[in-house]
Amino acid sequence: MKILVTVKRAVDYTVRVRPLTDGSGVDIANAKMSMNPFDEIALEQAVQFKEAGLADEIVAVSIGDSGSQDVLRSALAFGADRALLIQTDSVLEPVAVSRILAKIATDEAPHLVLMGKQAIDDDASQTPQMLAARMGWAQGTFACGLSMGEGEVSVIREVDGGTQTLALTLPAVVSVDLRLNEPRYLKLPDIMKAKRKPLEVQTVEELGVDVSTKTRITHFAEPPEREPGVRVQSVSELIDRLVNEAKVL
Amino acid sequence: MAVLVVADHSDGILSDGTARTITAALELDATVDVLVAGEQAQAVAEQAAALSGVTRVRCCDDAAYAHRLAEPMAALILSLMNEYAVVMAPGSAQGRDVLPRVAAVLDVAQLSEITRVIDSSTFERPIYAGNVLATVVSEEAIKVITVRITAFEPTAAAGSSAPIEAVAAAEAPDLARFVEESVVRSDRPELGSAKVVISGGRGVGSAEGFKLLEKIADELNAAIGASRAAVDAGYVPNDYQVGQSGKAVAPDLYIAVGISGAIQHWAGMKDSKVVVAINVDEECPMVQTADYALVADLFDVLPELEEGLAQLKAH
Ligand SMILES: Cc1cc2nc3c(=O)[nH]c(=O)nc-3n(C[C@H](O)[C@H](O)[C@H](O)COP(=O)(O)OP(=O)(O)OC[C@H]3O[C@@H](n4cnc5c(N)ncnc54)[C@H](O)[C@@H]3O)c2cc1C
Ligand SMILES: Cc1cc2nc3c(=O)[nH]c(=O)nc-3n(C[C@H](O)[C@H](O)[C@H](O)COP(=O)(O)OP(=O)(O)OC[C@H]3O[C@@H](n4cnc5c(N)ncnc54)[C@H](O)[C@@H]3O)c2cc1C
Repeated sequence: MKILVTVKRAVDYTVRVRPLTDGSGVDIANAKMSMNPFDEIALEQAVQFKEAGLADEIVAVSIGDSGSQDVLRSALAFGADRALLIQTDSVLEPVAVSRILAKIATDEAPHLVLMGKQAIDDDASQTPQMLAARMGWAQGTFACGLSMGEGEVSVIREVDGGTQTLALTLPAVVSVDLRLNEPRYLKLPDIMKAKRKPLEVQTVEELGVDVSTKTRITHFAEPPEREPGVRVQSVSELIDRLVNEAKVL
Repeated sequence: MAVLVVADHSDGILSDGTARTITAALELDATVDVLVAGEQAQAVAEQAAALSGVTRVRCCDDAAYAHRLAEPMAALILSLMNEYAVVMAPGSAQGRDVLPRVAAVLDVAQLSEITRVIDSSTFERPIYAGNVLATVVSEEAIKVITVRITAFEPTAAAGSSAPIEAVAAAEAPDLARFVEESVVRSDRPELGSAKVVISGGRGVGSAEGFKLLEKIADELNAAIGASRAAVDAGYVPNDYQVGQSGKAVAPDLYIAVGISGAIQHWAGMKDSKVVVAINVDEECPMVQTADYALVADLFDVLPELEEGLAQLKAH
């Protein structure tokens, strides 16, 4: 079985991003970049399937600028067998990313595509569902449990009110949630070995996919700041202030 | 312009989030139809028809939609999209699951979790864990939008009832099979619409510790939330999680107990009117940014708070 895992390079989760003062963009020129944390979880799942003898090949794919080679090298160190970068300097909408991924899924013909449920920069939470729709495949979003069956994969999903279990006919797209697993730490020998694994780079133009959309961000603003708060000394002072000052009790 | 709002419901009850999504749809100066799909969906359709601003309810009563799986739901919505310029859904687990599938088939960009309608093609939505508000202009022929439900009030009940029209099920290949669900029904208000939310973090220490929060929630008719750390540790179920990757809340009062206030947690509760922090660490971001901070041990504070609130109620 072949598994395709998508990895996106995103601003590290510890960075507090601010808009540029003129509102034309966000101030991330020097921000620390990392693999989207949800994609690490997707990779970990793929590697666990391979270690259990349920998968033979893991292909990692990223769409982004040349910096995304970093996250693909990490993916190879995690245990992906080869990597593919679709290079572009433009910022793409999920619908455009899904066009590219559909082309790749058609060429690579994986049995399973594992993706993050959301990228922590744009929080769109769209790309996996869009890819599934384009391919006419089943989708299992927000997965916190996954097991492989005969021609199908069983997915436990986090939904409002609890969890739901679905059986998806393969090939399928699964988007993973935080509680699926705890990604491993990368070890130096694996990082060294990853340097020798194949990483292919293709441009969006070479791939021949139209990435234009009719949606654009015209302004980036800072949300309103909270007024400075007060330190209360006791429970009775807290209740008093909530009743008489804040008027919320 | 005509908008189709896709209803969310469970156990025969229309969600509060659907009523809030209708409010967002009405801000587009549009006629608003509501699609209710499900098994024995008639009762839900009637609830939707009674909401103010609804022009028509389209009801698809069919076992194929019993669990509202993404593949058949998307096919059903797509079968109606030649009649609408916009399709909207609450940014709930269902809306987030289904709408991108619709957008992909229409080959249009989707707007996720809008917080404001500026005009019929301009919207605001939070990005980067809510640290940036983006103004987004969409010139797509058909707009596909999910709504951050805490940003809109629910539409009121109308004096009258909109017509309910049956729609046929749409053909869809059998790709996913429902196996089971484990859903906890709670008598408490929903996190997304509660006026008061009390949330616990790693500091609460155990499922047992959350009982202290429950007692206060009883006094305040509050919903209970949690940080990711508390959910990961198994103190409470997954759908209690508030934050960037959990639920967004915007109550009048948010009480954070034993929560340090990571960016990802703030992302889910920063629109709360008044934030109270109860924490032993005066340096942590929750204490630093809260409107009222009580630096003390939660195990001392919570019983006292419960008693104080009970007295308040007695007066
Ligand atoms: C004007 C503008 C400026 C922006 N600036 C930046 C910027 O400078 N840097 C930046 O990173 N983002 C930026 N963004 C956000 C960028 O557009 C989004 O990342 C993009 O829309 C995809 O959404 P998402 O990543 O939230 O997708 P989601 O649907 O939330 O992603 C879910 C999953 O899909 C997969 N996936 C998504 N995109 C990719 C990808 N490119 N490669 C591989 N897998 C992927 C991953 O597995 C991911 O976990 C900007 C957006 C706009 C409109
Ligand atoms: C991709 C990603 C997504 C994430 N999404 C979310 C999300 O949606 N929601 C979320 O919450 N987190 C999320 N996180 C995790 C987040 O970064 C933090 O790790 C998490 O919020 C910490 O939870 P906490 O505050 O309960 O725990 P901690 O940070 O460990 O804080 C515990 C607090 O309890 C206090 N405390 C301990 N004992 C007591 C006592 N007896 N009395 C009073 N106070 C006490 C401590 O002083 C401390 O401040 C995400 C992380 C990542 C990487």
